[in-house]
Amino acid sequence: MSQITARYWREIPRRYRGEAAKSTKTGKVFFPPRLVEPKNGNRQFEPTKLDYEGKLITYTVIRIAPAGFEDQGAYALGIIEMPGGARITAQIADCPIEQVKIGMKVRIEFRKIFDDGHEGIHCYGYKVVPM
Amino acid sequence: MAQEKKVGIVGYGSYIPRYRIKVEEIAKVWGMDPETIKRGLQLYEKSVPAPDQDVITMSVEAARHAVARAGIDPKKIGAVYVGSESHPYAVKPTGTTVAEALGSTPDIHTADMEFACKAGSEGMFVCYGLVKAGLITYGLGIGADTSQGAPGDALEYSASAGAAAFLFGNEDVIATVDDTYAFMTDTPDFWRREHAFYPSHGGRFTGEPAYFRTVLGCANALLEKSGLKPSDFAHCVFHQPNGKFPMRVAKMLGFTEEQNRTGWVTPWLGNTYSGSSPIGLTAILDVAKPGEKIFMVSYGSGAGSDGFIFTVTDKIKGVAGIAPQTRPQLDENKFYLDYGTYAKFRGKILKAG
Repeated sequence: MSQITARYWREIPRRYRGEAAKSTKTGKVFFPPRLVEPKNGNRQFEPTKLDYEGKLITYTVIRIAPAGFEDQGAYALGIIEMPGGARITAQIADCPIEQVKIGMKVRIEFRKIFDDGHEGIHCYGYKVVPM
Repeated sequence: MAQEKKVGIVGYGSYIPRYRIKVEEIAKVWGMDPETIKRGLQLYEKSVPAPDQDVITMSVEAARHAVARAGIDPKKIGAVYVGSESHPYAVKPTGTTVAEALGSTPDIHTADMEFACKAGSEGMFVCYGLVKAGLITYGLGIGADTSQGAPGDALEYSASAGAAAFLFGNEDVIATVDDTYAFMTDTPDFWRREHAFYPSHGGRFTGEPAYFRTVLGCANALLEKSGLKPSDFAHCVFHQPNGKFPMRVAKMLGFTEEQNRTGWVTPWLGNTYSGSSPIGLTAILDVAKPGEKIFMVSYGSGAGSDGFIFTVTDKIKGVAGIAPQTRPQLDENKFYLDYGTYAKFRGKILKAG
């Protein structure tokens, strides 16, 4: 059995639903959820969910893709700031590379991230698309 | 005795991928005349799923739109039924992933439906029944497909991708279900055997003895059962394997082109199989006004039709703008593909290894 299934299953809450942790002390949102808040050592968090809309902070273009992503050609991978301050890393889908712009508004969509080979599971999660 | 609460649609949503391919681009590859195809099928272009999209991802997006429009807690959804003939797995449900992404698990019932192009309206039918029976508070019926059509076959011009989701309940209903009817016979007009990559069909046999007999059989019985006539409806929507069939069947029943136009999306969308008449219904709900009646008849090869009569309520005001509407998804932000990229997206290219 592939090693991927158990790990994929454990990450479902954040990959499917954007489940995050909000500091009860500072109100800052952490994604993925943290157990300890940096700088102040706070351990009190309440569960929250990421919004669907955010802003592209920066990006890079992957031209030589890793295994499992080779067929996607050149694609953009971005860091997106979500309301509440959490920053997520996600592929930028449905957008030609030359149209990717820092500062553009993006929206989370549910997409297939990769397949575990030809007979393994489909692994789903979030990507962002331009708004 | 207190009057029974009317069951109906409390939220709806659609999802259409952004990629398109034109009839001209496909016809060029197979040496066909695009004008003949466009005229014959009344079809101009079709949607194409991106390589990272399938029935699960499109269903999740359509369902999120439906939940947003209903403004309900997804934990209250008691059933998710996804109808499709392109479920991503042969064995492993689509519905559990959709329910998980919505945050509706584990207190929920899911099942995947299959009935050629009718599987979407089947989920709607069952959700309506379960809510009416009082077994669940909300039920989500979804029709979605990344339709298959063999290269060079007539179906290649129409087989497209999209999803529509309908949340049924009995509180804050935006369109009540006033009547239903179902019509089924064994009619071998279109099928796909186990392990076959593309479906087969009976050519002209798919017309008169299959689509027309079934859709007319369902529609006429539903009209008779309800005591209504075509002129009582503001909108009608039928299964749309191409642009021509639904227009012809509407005319045969006595509906006008105007009544059929809002939900007639196939010329620019293609045939989304299980999503076909359901996506047409979302386009109608986007613009429908309180008091208007909607007549819907789906069709699935094999063969059968599910018929619904809806009446739009006051609660529909302001609902359309909450999530992406169908017509703008169809008309805006499109990327046109060449045949090579389309073939790659649809896994039609044999690679080494």
